[in-house]
Amino acid sequence: MLLREVEYARPASVQDAVRLLSEHDGARALAGGQTLVNVMKARAASPDVLVDLQDLNELKAIDLAADGTLTLGAMVTYTDLIDSAEARARPILGEVCSAIADVQVRNRGTIGGNVCSNDPTNHLPPLMVALGATMTIVGTGGERQVSADEFFVGVYMTAAGPGELLTKIAIPPGKGDGFAAVTIGKDGTCIVNAAASLDGGAPRIAIGCVDAVPVRLEPASPEVGVVRDAVRAANLDPPGDVHASADYRRHLAEVLAARAVEQAQQRRN
Amino acid sequence: MEAGTADVVRSRTVNVTVNGTTYEREVDARRLLIHFLRDDLDLTGSHVGCDTGNCGACSVILDGTLIKSCMVLAVQADGATIETVEGLAEADELTELQKSFSAHHALQCGYCTPGMLMSATALLRRNARPSEEEIRKAIQGNICRCTGYVNIVEAINSVGEGS
Repeated sequence: MLLREVEYARPASVQDAVRLLSEHDGARALAGGQTLVNVMKARAASPDVLVDLQDLNELKAIDLAADGTLTLGAMVTYTDLIDSAEARARPILGEVCSAIADVQVRNRGTIGGNVCSNDPTNHLPPLMVALGATMTIVGTGGERQVSADEFFVGVYMTAAGPGELLTKIAIPPGKGDGFAAVTIGKDGTCIVNAAASLDGGAPRIAIGCVDAVPVRLEPASPEVGVVRDAVRAANLDPPGDVHASADYRRHLAEVLAARAVEQAQQRRN
Repeated sequence: MEAGTADVVRSRTVNVTVNGTTYEREVDARRLLIHFLRDDLDLTGSHVGCDTGNCGACSVILDGTLIKSCMVLAVQADGATIETVEGLAEADELTELQKSFSAHHALQCGYCTPGMLMSATALLRRNARPSEEEIRKAIQGNICRCTGYVNIVEAINSVGEGS
């Protein structure tokens, strides 16, 4: 397919990338391109300048610190993460990534791209909220940290604004995590998904696909009835479409939240 | 133009090595890698099926990694080494995988075959003896609209067993 005309730059440093993004109106960062190139075909996005991040090796690192904090560079691909010994410190990450799309997309698609595109059906936004991740964003004014809770702002919108770049995601240590989803076909687009973590004491649940951003819930206990009551009390107002009615999505949100918490309990023990 | 330049350009000189041959072409930034391969380099073995990243008929191996060439810009591939279906056979000698596809009737209309062969080739390099489940997971990104999956899985499985 012929894309609309676009300009292209391949910076050699984060500093250059941020400069290009801030100097050009309509500039977009190009990570793996597994979302962006497709939405450009559909003209759903028409960036004027693509800033290709592929040479920024500093964004491709996976580090496990002595205190157990796992730091993922924004350009780490799903396959990099699945294959990484360090990333097994938080096994849910690799498990969720291996259920995204297919080999080709996992080889090319990136962690940063997944969270920055913030499609409400993506896997990683709710997972990052449940795990209590912290995003590092770089702009011309310097670097700042934003919690995953505050990072996801709206449909396709994040705290990384124009002229800014997500560089890395820090994930605290833990293992009591769970994830559950109902998808369109195996490893397909999520109809509803839910992530849960029990490492902070009370369960922290984040439900995807039911609102513009992941819906965070903290029920008083991981007991299944309490979890389902908490989801009901959230008065979710999800969209209905050809794949699932709003009522069915509300039902799935309860069931999947309970399943994610159940898996998290098994993992913690 | 050197990789790493921070200049903003509408087109750029792309150097690639495809199946051992080096090519240099001036390419528009908006050109997809699949069209660069097919239309600029006349390597028409890789197919355009869906053009939306779903079908995998355009799968090629880029710097050792299986990708869909309709979801990569040609300029992103500057400096890369690419393998396409044309590069599998040496002279007239088909690979064991290609022979196995023939022996197991693993192609009907043949449209998905280039992508299936590249996905299976990438799989067998990583895992010489994949289980049936691993084979099915490895070709998840390749759609056969004749739905001839059983024979494709058997063809890949028989090469894995023979290794």
